[in-house]
Amino acid sequence: MIWDLDVHKLMGSNGHRFRLDIAFRSDSRRLVLFGPSGAGKSLTLQAIAGLLRPDAGHVRLEGQALFDADRGIDLPPQQRRLAYLFQDYALFPHLTVRQNVGFGLAGGWRNPRRHFRHEMVERWLRSFELEALADRYPDQLSGGQRQRTALARALVSEPRALLLDEPFAALDSQLRRRLRAELAELQQRLSTPMVLITHDEADVQAFADEVVCIDAGSATQAVGNELAAQAAPA
Amino acid sequence: MESAWVALGLSLKVALWATAFAMVFGVAVGYALSRWRFPGRELLDSLLLLPMVLPPTVLGYYLLVLVGRRGWLGGWLDKLGIHLIFTWQGAVIAATVVAFPFVCKSARAAFETVDPQFEQAARVLGTPEPAIFFRVSLPLAWRGILAGVLLAFARALGEFGATLMVAGSIPGKTQTLSIAVYEAVQAGQDETANLLVLITSACCVSVLLLAGRLAPLRLVGRN
Repeated sequence: MIWDLDVHKLMGSNGHRFRLDIAFRSDSRRLVLFGPSGAGKSLTLQAIAGLLRPDAGHVRLEGQALFDADRGIDLPPQQRRLAYLFQDYALFPHLTVRQNVGFGLAGGWRNPRRHFRHEMVERWLRSFELEALADRYPDQLSGGQRQRTALARALVSEPRALLLDEPFAALDSQLRRRLRAELAELQQRLSTPMVLITHDEADVQAFADEVVCIDAGSATQAVGNELAAQAAPA
Repeated sequence: MESAWVALGLSLKVALWATAFAMVFGVAVGYALSRWRFPGRELLDSLLLLPMVLPPTVLGYYLLVLVGRRGWLGGWLDKLGIHLIFTWQGAVIAATVVAFPFVCKSARAAFETVDPQFEQAARVLGTPEPAIFFRVSLPLAWRGILAGVLLAFARALGEFGATLMVAGSIPGKTQTLSIAVYEAVQAGQDETANLLVLITSACCVSVLLLAGRLAPLRLVGRN
């Protein structure tokens, strides 16, 4: 089983409460969490990455517990070896494309230098056709170039899985179509498990092997591209 | 005339040390206030800004109570053979206290404009927490902090009241520019006073010009 999630969290305060109760298991390498905005998709992704600590439950990836409330396991995000593609990519604005991509490889308390060279960084820059842009800063890039930089930065440290938060929402529709195809192709090539969250049915059609529908903090699971609801366990 | 340059040198020495201390503590406390929620956070924030509004003499008095020979901390330091009252190090402490709020306030504001998502991105990329501070948070907040640091330096350079109470006015030892001006006027040495005032003004104008260039924060938004 690649993904085994059972996450419970009570959010908010001052009368505005939100209850997250997400449980699903999946063996798909292309899993889509689908639902309207505000349904709890991003929170689920954050719980997988370790950016949000659930009150109860567990998060398991290929049998390894990343979080298990009963056993007192809660790996910090640094030790989960996951990659997270933020909705607006969160590229470090003070670093060039090359420095951004190399960020995860540079240990220590200093950022990679501008002329930092690393075989893996160069490989990913080449593979995403970013070599010519390597010395630019994020605010000098187009939407598609930013996404490719963010993907390169995420993949350079060979993560166990890639989490994508609405990866196409910040792009125009033509670019969106092209990058959807690119991402699907990339997944096939790397065979890294990916979880993508979206509120766009076209993303589901293009990418999903399996869909988990999330609404108002709870999940229903469907196999293939079928959105037909099927009762989720627990 | 020569005493004017001695006073300037002393002023710069005191102000630079005070700015350095205020920078380290101000950035640390400003960061803590911007990132951690704890009961009494806003009260602490107000207390830390007190040196900005308290009369310098009151501040000086507090410092005497604290580090004076019979003070809480002073008595203890006295046993170790450390005397801060009527030394330039005492002047540094007074100047640090008045300069601190400028750094702290601007650091807190600057860290609050840094999108926490950048820190989360670094976290997922495997960067240890202290490294995230130095590699992401600090560089993104740096311009805003620097403006505060320059104001802190200007304030430390002009410090008078608290310094006079803690360090006194010993020529060549604790008599800084602003205190020398006061002494010169009292003694009727108009020429010395004129020179001292011009030097001080020139220093402060250059600092303000520099701060003005940095202050309109080039807001680093989400790319």
